[in-house]
Amino acid sequence: MVEETIARLYAEQEMRCPTHLCIGQEAIPVGVSAHLTATDLVFSGHRSHGHYLAKGGDLRAMVAELYGRETGCARGKGGSQHLVDLACGFMGSAPILASTVSVGVGAAWGARMAGEDRVVVVYFGDAATEEGAFHEAMNFAAVRRLPVVFVCENNLYSVHSPLAIRQPPRPISALGGAHGVAAACGDGNDVEAVHALASGAVARARRGDGPTLLEFATYRLMEHCGPNGDLELGYRSAEEIAAWQARDPVAVYRNRLAADGALDAAAQERAAAETAREIDDAVAFAKASPFPAPDQLARFVYPETGR
Amino acid sequence: MTRQLRYFEALREAQAQILASDPRSYLIGLGAPGPTGIFGTTAGLQQRFGAERVLDMPASENGMTGVALGTALMGRRPIVIHIRVDFAVLAMEPLVNQVAKWHYMYGGKMTAPLTVRMIIGRGWGQGPQHSQSLQAWFAHVPGLKVVMPTTAHDAKGMLIAAVEDDAPVILFEHRWLYNVSGPVPEEMYRVPLDQAATRRRGRDVTLAGTSYMTLECLRAADLLARIGIDADVIDLRTLTPIDVPALTESVGRTGHLVVADTGHVQFGAGAEVCAAVAERAFAALKAPPRRIGLPHVPAPTTPALADLYYPRAREIARAALDSLGSAAALPPEPDDPRRWKDVPDPSFNGPY
Ligand SMILES: Cc1ncc(C[n+]2csc(CCOP(=O)(O)OP(=O)(O)O)c2C)c(N)n1
Ligand SMILES: [Mg+2]
Repeated sequence: MVEETIARLYAEQEMRCPTHLCIGQEAIPVGVSAHLTATDLVFSGHRSHGHYLAKGGDLRAMVAELYGRETGCARGKGGSQHLVDLACGFMGSAPILASTVSVGVGAAWGARMAGEDRVVVVYFGDAATEEGAFHEAMNFAAVRRLPVVFVCENNLYSVHSPLAIRQPPRPISALGGAHGVAAACGDGNDVEAVHALASGAVARARRGDGPTLLEFATYRLMEHCGPNGDLELGYRSAEEIAAWQARDPVAVYRNRLAADGALDAAAQERAAAETAREIDDAVAFAKASPFPAPDQLARFVYPETGR
Repeated sequence: MTRQLRYFEALREAQAQILASDPRSYLIGLGAPGPTGIFGTTAGLQQRFGAERVLDMPASENGMTGVALGTALMGRRPIVIHIRVDFAVLAMEPLVNQVAKWHYMYGGKMTAPLTVRMIIGRGWGQGPQHSQSLQAWFAHVPGLKVVMPTTAHDAKGMLIAAVEDDAPVILFEHRWLYNVSGPVPEEMYRVPLDQAATRRRGRDVTLAGTSYMTLECLRAADLLARIGIDADVIDLRTLTPIDVPALTESVGRTGHLVVADTGHVQFGAGAEVCAAVAERAFAALKAPPRRIGLPHVPAPTTPALADLYYPRAREIARAALDSLGSAAALPPEPDDPRRWKDVPDPSFNGPY
């Protein structure tokens, strides 16, 4: 619902930054984060709203960040591609492909150096696994048996380029074995399937048994970047989009809960209304927040805390 | 009148003519054959020239640059495209250590004729990792030629010259130039990779710009003209080499120099231009040369800060007045209905 609201309000041209919505991919961070504690850490890439929110990231601060306001989680300096919320362990997202994968590995190592028990989750897309940095990071995590869960959201495309012209026909999860990293793949549009796979991976990391690569099959329902669909570009078929739309993870799970009698219509309505209120509040907060003052431009290039 | 094309169309035409005339050439980049075709610059080319001449690639900037170099050693003429210079940073190792030096470090036995298109830009929330102007990094490396065409005419002519050049050439394109139009001849032609161009003749002050900042220099010259100051505007066009004779000739007439670059001022292209002019034409300078560019700060995403971050014509004109020791006031800013100046001013669209 957050992403739908952003998509709707984006046309007002007040959120002036590239924004990669995760509609269709929500089940993955939800199923993974269910196993994480407040002290566990998450890193992500350009499509990070879901990762941030599922880890408990502050909604007001995220929306304000998209609106470029002083109250944004990065004080307006980052925008949608640079979310952060240290209070909940969301360490940062950055859009350079695979770049935060090694940073996450380093955070896991650093936590170990500090004697802290933390699991680190790094999210990235299928294209990020084509970067050298991804492989270098996996290798090191395996050598040091670091408590990292690598979560690949394989949505079949890198912008408009299909997987098949970029990678040979083998599962991305097969890269785990090559690096000595445990690996599995599963249905990323089924939150229970995600939950089950993530459970083993997070437990393994916590036990000190080293990293795991999880590959989840999923699909981006919107355009690569921005608030609209993109059928007119012709790089994917209407049938393909419709087939995945029918497997929309939120709808699938809602229906399953309803069928199981775990969620009646009234409860659904209450939850939707409550979420809508929260979103309205966040948007109102963002719009009422001031823009950073001119003297903020040159702040934080270097730390102000002394040498 | 010569036909008018927009900058992105001129690049596309250049590539089409290169692909058609030189069977050794091929074009590769993330999304190059895709439906949006690198801001339209590669649109339709795969359909025309086939999947072996116009290629997508894995998201492997580092490795694929080495791969392109390997093909160049075997006689191909690759054009490698990075939709943002920020992504080309992943290819620094092969570009700086291998491509730049391959000819030299094997005693001239081989050449590495790559052309690498890198896109720079500004504005609209692109922020710290999507809008840098890192041309100075590449210009610092011996062996690479770095060029920055401003006009549609030069975009086409310099891209063709780059592919025909036996040295590796990096061509920087500014996103805010893509829709700017200008006269572009239909035939294949070359624009030399070592010459600046005078865009306006004037007596009082030299304004030298790189890429998009040349347009801001022209705007600044208009502002100055309205208060009786006559600016010479030089489009630098190339960084390695810098056309020093063109600059010293101009400064010899004006005695004043303002350089406007799209990148950071510190250790930037403007510093090199000022130093070169000071070394060779110190006596002609009546005041210290001025530099306009980005502060030593990463690009902020919020428009509230980005609008303060990016210099425009007024800052260039003010620097010119400062150099001239003039207390004159610039004409008032015309009403601009736009709240933020983070998208190209439509009145900039040419022709140039
Ligand atoms: C190093 C680098 N190269 C290119 C890009 C441009 N880019 C941004 S997102 C993207 C597609 C990434 O695809 P994937 O990793 O599968 O994630 P998805 O967008 O599908 O979620 C590309 C190529 C980038 N951000 N960083
Ligand atoms: Mg993808």
